[in-house]
Amino acid sequence: MRISKWLVPALYIFFLMLPIYWLVSMSFKTTNEILGGFSLFPQNFTTENYVKIFTDPTWYWGYINSLAYVSMNTVISVAVALPAAYAFSRYRFLGDKHLFFWLLTNRMAPAAVFALPFLQLYSSIGLFDTYLAVALAHTLFNIPLAVWILEGFMSGVPKELDETAYVDGHSFPSFFFKIFLPTIAAGIGVAIFFCFMFSWVELLLAKTLTSVEAKPIAAVMTRTSSTSGYELGLLAAAGSLTIIPGAIVIWFVRNYIAKGFALGRV
Amino acid sequence: MNKTVNQKAWFFVLPVIILVAFNALIPLMTVVNYSMQETFGDNTFFWSGVRWFEEILRSDRFWSSLGRQLFFTFMILIIEVPLGVAIALTMPKKGPWVSVCLVLMALPLLIPWNVVGAMWNIFALPDIGLLGKLLNSIGFDYNYTRQTGDAWFTLILMDVWHWTSLVVLLAYAGLVSIPDAYYQAALIDGASKWKIFRFIQLPKMKRVLTIAVLLRFMDSFNIYTEPVVLTGGGPGNSTTLLSIDLVKIALGQFDLGPAAAMSLIYFLIILLTSWIFYTLMMRNEEQ
Repeated sequence: MRISKWLVPALYIFFLMLPIYWLVSMSFKTTNEILGGFSLFPQNFTTENYVKIFTDPTWYWGYINSLAYVSMNTVISVAVALPAAYAFSRYRFLGDKHLFFWLLTNRMAPAAVFALPFLQLYSSIGLFDTYLAVALAHTLFNIPLAVWILEGFMSGVPKELDETAYVDGHSFPSFFFKIFLPTIAAGIGVAIFFCFMFSWVELLLAKTLTSVEAKPIAAVMTRTSSTSGYELGLLAAAGSLTIIPGAIVIWFVRNYIAKGFALGRV
Repeated sequence: MNKTVNQKAWFFVLPVIILVAFNALIPLMTVVNYSMQETFGDNTFFWSGVRWFEEILRSDRFWSSLGRQLFFTFMILIIEVPLGVAIALTMPKKGPWVSVCLVLMALPLLIPWNVVGAMWNIFALPDIGLLGKLLNSIGFDYNYTRQTGDAWFTLILMDVWHWTSLVVLLAYAGLVSIPDAYYQAALIDGASKWKIFRFIQLPKMKRVLTIAVLLRFMDSFNIYTEPVVLTGGGPGNSTTLLSIDLVKIALGQFDLGPAAAMSLIYFLIILLTSWIFYTLMMRNEEQ
């Protein structure tokens, strides 16, 4: 009984880990070994690929650039989404339902549609190839998502909390920052997680809006493959490293992640 | 929750509106502009009305991309949603291993999309990839870079690998919110497993499942990076989905007019379908 209970999840996780294993195992092989034939484990174990990434500025700056715009985007998205989500969860105002749906429609916009207009827009205001450009562009789909998640969490907090705080003599800012935000800390965590995730994995816009200074790691990878032949080992190492930031973030919010959507209302 | 009417709430929403409007309305107007103009590349534009829309709607190329797109979205929805629910149902409700499971399952969701494409590209190579080698060694003539069927199989398998976990997480979130008392009541009534699923679990998961279907619909319709890296739309045009075709026209051939017209048609399809979903969902919730 105990073993069969875990059978299906275990098989599923095994299936999920296979391609990841293949990538990580390849990152410890030399390119010659990869192209030379099929081997389940690295025959000549090498860390050369990782050494190259950590010593070559074009490589490690790619990671710094990516992390920089992702963090900026997460901060901006959650900061502006907090008051908006509060308004949606507590008040009724002219056009609120339409506004909520309009926000959601931006989550549906295909990045492919916006790539070229975004390039023109951000070039014309002089932000091309800056962190801010990518961070702002990604708010297009992250703000709606953050509002949606936070609104769900806030609606789960009874209104009596607000009223009691006012009776106790709190002003609105004091109530909002000292009482309300700590109450929905889990929701903020989940929102941060999803903003981080969608900004980290998106490439089309990030690549379109940058050239040298703010080039994300994913774009460094595509460019290397085209200029210096097919360095598979190096690419595999770079790819393996992109998994780590996400894995760290997910570990911090592991207890809230399932709740994040359950409380969310569309 | 009964809300108070407060028109000043608009001020709370204002920063969001300004940012999103800046990002959404200006580019959208640019697209609308292009879609109704003709240019010869020297920055002079001529009014061309709805010509591009007619051209796109009459072209076989658009309809075949749309057909492939619909097939892809349909396939991943009918595989990922039942599979995700089935896996969520087998997950234990409590225990220290549950969060480890959830973390491992969420891992594919956090890998940059081009890395997902590249990972599967190598994983499925018939000569040096684990999957390709395995399939060939058990007797399949598998080569996704040459055969259309294999390319589709790999594409769908990749998406199932990438996104099923989202459905699992959502369905699981719905399941853990069911109070134990419901199951005890069902046990007393002697309900079968199927009846428990049909009358307790499924209704409780309805909301999160609608969110799952909606998210998977939108994201699969927008998918671009993963198939481009995996197959590049090939072999031939056999896996060229809508967004790949769009980027080819817009950035490859720089045909801005037709590309813009196609963008708008594309966006309208997503918008309309999601709106229908959304209205149905709100109606359900109000009942």
